[in-house]
Amino acid sequence: MPKRTDLKHILVIGSGPIVIGQACEFDYSGTQACRVLRSEGIRVSLVNSNPATIMTDPEFADATYVEPITPEFVELVIAKERPDAILPTLGGQTALNTAVALHEAGVLEKYGVELIGANIEAINRGEDRQLFKDIVAKAGVRLRLDDPAGLVPRSRVCHSMAEVEATVAELGLPVVIRPSFTMGGLGSGMAHTPEDLARIAGDGLAASPVHEVLIEESVLGWKEYELELMRDRHDNVVVVCSIENVDPMGVHTGDSVTVAPAMTLTDREYQRLRDLGIAVLREVGVDTGGCNIQFAVNPADGRIVVIEMNPRVSRSSALASKATGFPIAKIAAKLAIGYTLDEIPNDITLKTPAAFEPALDYVVVKIPRFAFEKFPGADPELTTTMKSVGEAMSLGRNFSEALNKAMRSMETKAAGFWTVPDEVVAAATGADPAGTTKEDTLAALRMPHDGRLYTVERALRLGASIAEVTAASGGIDPWFLDQIAALVELRAEIVDAPVLDAELLRRAKRAGLSDRQLAALRPELAAEDGVRTLRHRLGIRPVYKTVDTCAAEFEATTPYHYSTYDQETEVVPSARPKVMILGSGPNRIGQGIEFDYSCVHAVQALRSAPLGGAAGSGYETVMVNCNPETVSTDYDTADRLYFEPLTFEDVLEVWHAEDSSGRAAGGPGVVGVIVQLGGQTPLGLAQRLKDAGVPVVGTSPESIHLAEERGAFGAVLARAGLRAPAHGMATSYDEAKAIADEIGYPVLVRPSYVLGGRGMEIVYDDATLRDYIGRATEISPDHPVLVDRFLDDAIEIDVDALCDADGEVYLGGVMEHIEEAGIHSGDSSCALPPITLASSHVAQVRRYTEAIARGVGVRGLLNVQYALKDDMLYVLEANPRASRTVPFVSKATAVPLAKAAARIALGATIAELRAEGLLPATGDGGSLPAGAPIAVKEAVLPFKRFRTPTGKGVDSLLGPEMKSTGEVMGIDVAFGHAFAKSQSAAYGSLPTGGKIFVSVANRDKRGMIFPIKRLADLGFEIVATTGTAEVLRRHGIACEQIRKHYESGGGEDAVSLILGGDVALVINTPQGSGASARSDGYEIRSAAVTADIPCITTVPGAAAAVMGIEARIRGDMQVRPLQELHAALRAAE
Amino acid sequence: MTKRRPAILVLEDGRTFHGEAYGSVGETFGEAVFNTGMTGYQETLTDPSYHRQVVVQTAPHIGNTGVNDSDDESGRIWVAGYVVRDPARVGSNWRATGGLEERLSAEGVVGVSGVDTRALTRHLRERGAMRVGISSVETDPRALLARVRQAPEMVGADLSTEVTTAQPYVVAASGEHRFTVAALDLGIKRNVPRRLAARGVTTHVLPAGSTVDDLLATGADAVFLSPGPGDPATADGPVALAREVLRREVPLFGICFGSQILGRALGFGTYKLGYGHRGINQPVLDRVTGKVEVTSHNHGFAVAWPGRGQDPGAVEVPGARHGAVVPDAVIETEFGGVQVSHVCLNDNVVEGLRAKDVPAFTVQYHPEAAAGPHDADYLFDRFAELIEGRTHSEGRTHA
Repeated sequence: MPKRTDLKHILVIGSGPIVIGQACEFDYSGTQACRVLRSEGIRVSLVNSNPATIMTDPEFADATYVEPITPEFVELVIAKERPDAILPTLGGQTALNTAVALHEAGVLEKYGVELIGANIEAINRGEDRQLFKDIVAKAGVRLRLDDPAGLVPRSRVCHSMAEVEATVAELGLPVVIRPSFTMGGLGSGMAHTPEDLARIAGDGLAASPVHEVLIEESVLGWKEYELELMRDRHDNVVVVCSIENVDPMGVHTGDSVTVAPAMTLTDREYQRLRDLGIAVLREVGVDTGGCNIQFAVNPADGRIVVIEMNPRVSRSSALASKATGFPIAKIAAKLAIGYTLDEIPNDITLKTPAAFEPALDYVVVKIPRFAFEKFPGADPELTTTMKSVGEAMSLGRNFSEALNKAMRSMETKAAGFWTVPDEVVAAATGADPAGTTKEDTLAALRMPHDGRLYTVERALRLGASIAEVTAASGGIDPWFLDQIAALVELRAEIVDAPVLDAELLRRAKRAGLSDRQLAALRPELAAEDGVRTLRHRLGIRPVYKTVDTCAAEFEATTPYHYSTYDQETEVVPSARPKVMILGSGPNRIGQGIEFDYSCVHAVQALRSAPLGGAAGSGYETVMVNCNPETVSTDYDTADRLYFEPLTFEDVLEVWHAEDSSGRAAGGPGVVGVIVQLGGQTPLGLAQRLKDAGVPVVGTSPESIHLAEERGAFGAVLARAGLRAPAHGMATSYDEAKAIADEIGYPVLVRPSYVLGGRGMEIVYDDATLRDYIGRATEISPDHPVLVDRFLDDAIEIDVDALCDADGEVYLGGVMEHIEEAGIHSGDSSCALPPITLASSHVAQVRRYTEAIARGVGVRGLLNVQYALKDDMLYVLEANPRASRTVPFVSKATAVPLAKAAARIALGATIAELRAEGLLPATGDGGSLPAGAPIAVKEAVLPFKRFRTPTGKGVDSLLGPEMKSTGEVMGIDVAFGHAFAKSQSAAYGSLPTGGKIFVSVANRDKRGMIFPIKRLADLGFEIVATTGTAEVLRRHGIACEQIRKHYESGGGEDAVSLILGGDVALVINTPQGSGASARSDGYEIRSAAVTADIPCITTVPGAAAAVMGIEARIRGDMQVRPLQELHAALRAAE
Repeated sequence: MTKRRPAILVLEDGRTFHGEAYGSVGETFGEAVFNTGMTGYQETLTDPSYHRQVVVQTAPHIGNTGVNDSDDESGRIWVAGYVVRDPARVGSNWRATGGLEERLSAEGVVGVSGVDTRALTRHLRERGAMRVGISSVETDPRALLARVRQAPEMVGADLSTEVTTAQPYVVAASGEHRFTVAALDLGIKRNVPRRLAARGVTTHVLPAGSTVDDLLATGADAVFLSPGPGDPATADGPVALAREVLRREVPLFGICFGSQILGRALGFGTYKLGYGHRGINQPVLDRVTGKVEVTSHNHGFAVAWPGRGQDPGAVEVPGARHGAVVPDAVIETEFGGVQVSHVCLNDNVVEGLRAKDVPAFTVQYHPEAAAGPHDADYLFDRFAELIEGRTHSEGRTHA
């Protein structure tokens, strides 16, 4: 059944910004889909507002719309492109919801656009709780099961709190609450008490676009499984992968430690899940493509309950693809255009078809990465609402090896068991009081929390039995616990052995222990380096096996490797010059998809780099990364993929394997290792790798130090005569106070060597400073605290630039922040080209940037942050690496900066790259043509994911510590339009009418008058708190006055007004200064978060919003593909 | 992760692997084959088709769910030896009644763990299934190699009589009895009569040496040729029996070894595959419906493509890759026309035969699963329909 010939033009919908529950896995799947469709000769149009995605690189589609994924904008795209069909199943819930909305609005019918890969009925059957329940029961009947009704938890769909209460009266507590049509389990939770019930069900009703929640019987503590299935239009179905959650039911699968394949099922039980999965898939009627089904299995009697299904490619399918080598999204795209599974070859074997079920001869473990430290006050309990911001995956030849590798991939303080003292691990979890007795530790297991495996290990080490830990943890399977118990026993052996001999060391490595873990157990071995020296002396090194989909039954052609300690290695020697690119590890706040984007670009640039001479064309690229969500870990991206933790040990061994096999083949081996593109993770390894003889290319570790070490950097600035805010370094409160006294408050304090502004605060007085130093526990002479003069009300400017070995500098882009300095650059919106800077400012920025690049000795990318205050330019900081804004700048200016950086690292000059055409022949991002479109980057913040333990929203106030998970780009001819698009893409469209609530700090009242007046003139109703209302009235702005939450008096207060949903926009700037800024206004902002209403917290933000609102009211929004915008830019050069 | 007694594994071409003793301590020989199933070790171990074979499990963890009372496919463990990477220390499952290693030890099965099973599998893939020895009593690989080379080969091995039931037995239909089937036990798995029973079939299981008359004396409406171990070229008795069944036009269904017997009875050749199909993820195309089923396999021999020689990879199989329903040429035999009904999509090996003019069909793979997916369960319905069609049209007249 070959492909359909009637589909000539398909619109692919992406997933938009990275948010919790929807991350870069959809870039991975969407990129695959675009590739497949284009290779089939189909015209591809694409909509995705996320500039940091590979899929929005102009070469992946014929028309790339970096526009908001809302029905309004997608309709504009459809009207312009007139595609034959829409493929909505590869862009997560966002794409699927948008497709449903377009269908319901009649847009698809109006333009004659077919939905492929899914149909509306199937989507509804999969997502609507009650329909789905009926489907499952029908599937059970079809399978002739004894108790089809028992396949779903007893439950009822409710549309009001009254219905909820009546249901719970029947089912009893606890119950699970699941809102319909939300992604990543948003708004769901478990209610143990009537208070929980009122809160969670109330929020759930609000979060659901159809105001519907499911109240169901609790299956808390049951075993949890997922199957990834694929179906073609000939009704062939295969199970690509089974996944078992180590954390039993009760923790969202995205927040659970998961294992593939399932470890604790007999064949009989596994086949029952498979039968059910297939029957449900058929009953739901997913025509073609991937789908994910979750099951709970009662550990006591094996009763199976079908929990839910996603009729689309999901986070789990990305994981399953990476875990098995079976590219689900790619196959789904082929199925959507009419191929059947038996017609599609297996990419890895090339000889066998995709109509089969992968067999694994290794174990895959995924561990979620959390960011609770970013949200003080957030409840650290893991529930059915997903809270993790990223994940790492590892492969090993047994569970404990994969587990240990995944744990050290997390890049948390602890890099696996025993690497830091128990109390440090416990403190990091935020939920473990670091008990020193078995009883305390068992007690700490009761609440699921980040890092619970550490608590499990401690409990077993303190003498708890497996049965006790199973009970305390609410049902972790004894098999998993025995695996950890075996590690505890091995630990004792290692600690007690007179010497660490080859046999014991080999056994430890086979169990997955790192040199660092062993060093922690054997202090006499001179730390990790000592263990490595011993290990190498004993000839104990990892081998590399291949992910081949078939457990070695057929030959694999794809070099997708993982390390293990076994007999035979499968690395194929190659004489080509190799370049290793180190990826960025698990996504976390401050280090996300943007860095993966740069790494992928480096691979693309180096694979095709002209080498000249005998070497011919292209380096052999070797990618090392452990993040399963990314494009970089697609086996199609680099020539070779090593799915490995980004620790010094693991990276060094990959380098050794590649370098030595390359040399053995008569080639030059590894000619370069690129550490500058994957963010702080690989950068932190630079010096040690270089010291170990690894050829780190690009900016040297010494130069990196020059930029990152404050004293050295100060000297660089001083030599060049560049201004920086007065600053100092302190290792104690007294030192810090002395500096603050000298330079004057407010000061910005932060630890050295951090990313994402971790631990950064603006301090206004001695008391807060003392408090800060007290909390900065890791302060030491090696790790001082930096104290800078904070420039109030300055304009912040971000620059990305390239510098080559000749010291030539290419200004990639000059971005002007919309919010004033003091808000982390990752959280603030910015505009490119700068919207208010004079050309003299840009010239000064250019001069400063050149001086820094040359002074530091940058060979590649450099990011500099400046503050412009009273017409004076100050250098805030410089990072000699790819920054978060590289993809944004590349998209906005049509110049692939990361590709250029990778080439420069390997020796190319900017002049050569200009001649080659990789960089424009003349000019740069600091000299964009007058007609260049305005691109606005907006950050996306995850506040609505978090609640305090008492159920209140967390504070949404922005500051110097980064909190956003992702970003969007709005691009248009004028700022107002671009800003409006960025808001639509990030948070939902700016309002064009209704009520605006305003409450601003005294210092902001002046600045706020004009924007509020304009809003009033545009017809908005203004509601303000007392002080703000007085000022507004004095300027003739009519407004309703309302009391603050804590002010006495009757009637409605600000919080209840916002919670009531009667407000279209909240403008609230923090009152006061210092610590009190956090508490005042908190009630208002958290109410806005709870009610999901846009909340503006700065004056410049309000001004920008006004321009955006004006643009929306004018109603002349247009969409233009990047290809068109870029062609115009290039033509204007 | 405690230390175990060392053990060695030596292949007949001299390649040696080191590991630790698993199960019984001792020495064993057999044909080394690998199985890629990720579940179902208990079913695999107790499958009589693995008689005289040393099974290498590519799944790295074995024993996780222990052993239970209901998943055995026969009355004992049949594998000659067992090779795993990481055996479980505890079995965890609500049905478990014991641990796997205790069971292996109790039945005297010599195994080895800690082996680089992937390297071993790759070796077998490249060089083909071959003889192997495992020993936890011998430390000299050369001495073990000499003994490996004296062990009997699988080609030419007649093993049915070693695995068949000593006495006939009956598995009753569940629910209403509809038909009676006589099964010739050449190494039958328990799930076959169970799948038949679910369709109202009472199965009489008879020893391998039984005659047609023995089978039909049970009042059988149809005959079933079971799976089992060994080289089909040695199965002259069952082949002759099958010819007689065809001649009498009694409905016939065969699985695996039974399929090879039908092939030989129809006059086709059988041959040994390089390393066989052993796993539960094998894609098979039903050439009648054009649908793909994911199936359980355990065969080292196969029926040669009628008229096309032994190497199915060398021939272009029309339709096999295109899902289209391609009516294959009907091959004329002394029992009338026959079609290749099923092929394996991985390598185009013949996976099923269907006679056009006599009521007989077979598959090379395992629709009874156990272990494996249930995609091919419909074949038992086809068998029931075939019997029903014959009994309706002709009455019960074959005896």
